[in-house]
Amino acid sequence: MDATNATKRYDFKHQHYVGAEGKLIPLLQKVQAEDGFLKPERLRLIHEETGIPLTQIYGVATFYAQFRFKPIGKHLLRVCHGTACHVSGAKDLTESVEEQLGARSGETTRDNLFTIETVACLGCCSLAPVIMINDTTYGNLTPAQVKKVLKKHRDGENK
Amino acid sequence: MTKLIVGLGTCGIAAGAEETYKALTQKLPSTGAGLELAKTGCIGMCYQEPLVEVRNGQGHRHLYGKMSADKVDRLVDECVSQGKIIDDWLVWSDENQGTDVNFLARQRRIVLRNCGNLNPEDIDEYLKINGYQALNKVIEENNPEAIITKMIESGLRGRGGAGFLTGLKWRFTRLSKGERKFIICNADEGDPGAFMDRSVLESDPHSVLEGMAIAAHAIGSKDGYIYVRAEYPLAIKRLTIAIEQAEKHGVLGDRIFGKDFSFHIKLKEGAGAFVCGEETALIGSIEGRRGMPRVRPPFPAVKGLWDYPTNINNVETFANVPWIILNGASAFNSLGTANSKGTKVFAMAGKIKRGGLVEVPMGISIKDIVFDVCGGIKNNRKFKAVQMGGPSGGCIPAELMNTVIDYESINKTGAIMGSGGLVVMDDATCMVEVARFFLNFTQRESCGKCTFCRVGSKRMLEVLTRITEGQGKESDIELLEELAVRVKNTSLCGLGQTAPNPVLTTLKYFRSEYEAHISNKKCPAHYCQKLLTYSITDACTGCMVCTRSCPTNAISGQKQKKHVIDMAKCITCGACYKVCRFDAIYRD
Repeated sequence: MDATNATKRYDFKHQHYVGAEGKLIPLLQKVQAEDGFLKPERLRLIHEETGIPLTQIYGVATFYAQFRFKPIGKHLLRVCHGTACHVSGAKDLTESVEEQLGARSGETTRDNLFTIETVACLGCCSLAPVIMINDTTYGNLTPAQVKKVLKKHRDGENK
Repeated sequence: MTKLIVGLGTCGIAAGAEETYKALTQKLPSTGAGLELAKTGCIGMCYQEPLVEVRNGQGHRHLYGKMSADKVDRLVDECVSQGKIIDDWLVWSDENQGTDVNFLARQRRIVLRNCGNLNPEDIDEYLKINGYQALNKVIEENNPEAIITKMIESGLRGRGGAGFLTGLKWRFTRLSKGERKFIICNADEGDPGAFMDRSVLESDPHSVLEGMAIAAHAIGSKDGYIYVRAEYPLAIKRLTIAIEQAEKHGVLGDRIFGKDFSFHIKLKEGAGAFVCGEETALIGSIEGRRGMPRVRPPFPAVKGLWDYPTNINNVETFANVPWIILNGASAFNSLGTANSKGTKVFAMAGKIKRGGLVEVPMGISIKDIVFDVCGGIKNNRKFKAVQMGGPSGGCIPAELMNTVIDYESINKTGAIMGSGGLVVMDDATCMVEVARFFLNFTQRESCGKCTFCRVGSKRMLEVLTRITEGQGKESDIELLEELAVRVKNTSLCGLGQTAPNPVLTTLKYFRSEYEAHISNKKCPAHYCQKLLTYSITDACTGCMVCTRSCPTNAISGQKQKKHVIDMAKCITCGACYKVCRFDAIYRD
């Protein structure tokens, strides 16, 4: 890449829809959606294609909670720790989930089926406490009901 | 023709509305009659989800709550085939019947006017009820200055938290010079405990799009962004559909209504950073950088996205706009108090009987919302406090429940209006632990730019944590107060400036709880695990259930004889307390 080309790529002010930097986060989101996490080689590829310095790419990727650098299990299970969930027993719920799956928050189960994450708020506060598995939200949960929900997903796998 | 309408917002789906909908599709053909099955968004009665509305041939509406799939048979047989009303399940009807009439009776719905009344995935339904007519009017009249004046007259203040006059913000952006201008809709609803924006986007996306287009016309912008949280997949899906349909119908995109006005809206998914709710951080995030706030001024109205003049409002603010244009500024400013006009949507959650979305005129008291509208505290426990404004807000104690809700009165208590999350707490909630919870949140979400926010919040969290663990020192309260003031005064953006609020308000109203934790090593709400002790009372029947539940074998005793807890082995996990059926475990 020659120097003039490089500066052109930074001149995003006049080309905001095509500007390289504005695209960075959507690109990272796309890559993560495909791979499940951010692989170093894909980040390098983004750097080569957009001209954005690799340090800056890592700076952005590590800043946002959404981006991961480790692979996740088949299902992403997010336990909500918003205010409403917190006062409605999110702690007990988390313990129950961890016990059921034999993995802790931030970890993946040995069979690679579930990754447990805690999130700040899923916006379903009136159904607190809630969890989200992939894109589905489950509300008004008790530790016993969590068992059922997890079993449903496990059974779905065995079919 | 009878119409059955199922509420399919995220809350509805989480409560099983999709199964109900499926059951209805299977059941309906068997009745043979002319029936229509429809989808809608969120009605706001989240505590009664799944909700099914039966609208009969004469247009009367009956709303049934907790309609799980197994109740579908009876519902269709009695309400549809026989035209009866099932009183046990009825929560609301347009003839003032049902168990929860009060929930809607005191509400005045402007922002939520269409939520639960139309199918959010079908633009025709929105067009039928004067949808995009406000935009049409604005374009026809082609007098942006008059629109801005109207918005200022209406008294609408930004619903995102700060409460700045919306019309004035528009005027600043209009007067700024720039070859392009941008409109941004802030849908990065990060406050834990607030979900009105999600609900509006899921239930009535076109109102928001129309509001943005009106703002665009007023300030002279051609491009808009909606910055929406990635945690809201359904909102993203419905917005995508809405934008597509609106462009197809010529109410968005190039040459809107065939006139010389174009406005394009792009969706931008947030990547999970609370600080991006701050407008300059949000702009940074759209530009593809780390979401870190920068010094203001220059304000975004002068130098915003890619240094062009930019107007940012939140979802609820935009949803008000078409209504104000169609109904006039005076219809809006006749509601509310002297300085807070119109209505406000509150997300009611926590230990409340009727949790959900409530839209009330400004000026209603906290007591009226909690008890009249929302039915009081769950399990009839004692009302202790409401938490308003999320992590930037504060706790307002039960003694102040006659406080009226408007921007100024709430600020006086030390809390803030914020985006309108209202989490209700009962006497089982420990206020020190609540303060610790919020600090934990803001400390993690601090972007790290300002030292006091980054380090100070961490130190505050450490102090709070040790207090809840029984390691508090006598000087800790003073230390917290000192740190709180420093963090407030030396932070650049709203996150740091308001992060100590939960600590300051709980210290102001619940100081004795802090003192009990520090001096007596007791948690008055019996929440902080490390400060609890357990013993067994004479009510013990010797059933052995607790001995089996104890993870450390700390409980000993024989069948039908009173058991004993060995406190040396006890880890105060509370497992015995939860399983005992005779209330024989004493907790202090």
